[in-house]
Amino acid sequence: MTLQAALTTLALAMGLFFVAVSVVGFRRLPDIFCRLHVLGIIDTLGVPLILLAAAIHAGPTLAAFKLILALALIAITSPIIGHLLARAALEAGHQPGVIETPAEVPPAAAWSGGGAQEAR
Amino acid sequence: MSTVFLWATLITLFLMMPFVSRVITGPTIFDRVVALNGLGTLVPAALVLVGLLYDRVDMFADLALALFFLNVFTTLLIARYVRERTEAK
Repeated sequence: MTLQAALTTLALAMGLFFVAVSVVGFRRLPDIFCRLHVLGIIDTLGVPLILLAAAIHAGPTLAAFKLILALALIAITSPIIGHLLARAALEAGHQPGVIETPAEVPPAAAWSGGGAQEAR
Repeated sequence: MSTVFLWATLITLFLMMPFVSRVITGPTIFDRVVALNGLGTLVPAALVLVGLLYDRVDMFADLALALFFLNVFTTLLIARYVRERTEAK
């Protein structure tokens, strides 16, 4: 196994790991803003590492340049999209930081800190 | 090396499933938009992996760039549309 193949496999495995972390967070987190926050892992570490693996595998060619260009464009547009979606959701009336307690949990006993659940 | 790319493609396609289910069964429209954004970021990566599988990365990189820009502008327009619709209400 050459060094190029080893680096490709390593970057691919790390990218898939971070995508898996983000997908688990997307399944488990309760809020729109939490899910938007967790999508940033895909944009900053998951997909760029996969594209970097493809660029390493392609070698110094035009395809590698295109992949690096796509990586830079993802790095630029991801914060813009995240900011825009969070602001649109906030202006549409979604409340960040509201913990939606299940019906069987007594709210005052479970969350004694206050302030987290009064906004429903 | 081809086996690695095949498994990576399959794992990526499997990891898209929660986004697809959230797009279908999202309670509000923002759930659907956020899930569609995540799905649209994962699709170019899967396309590049398919290109590695077929050993045609130079062609599939162009397609991935085009799909990525389509995703960005789709999300921009949907977010703006939803915002103006809720302001007019």
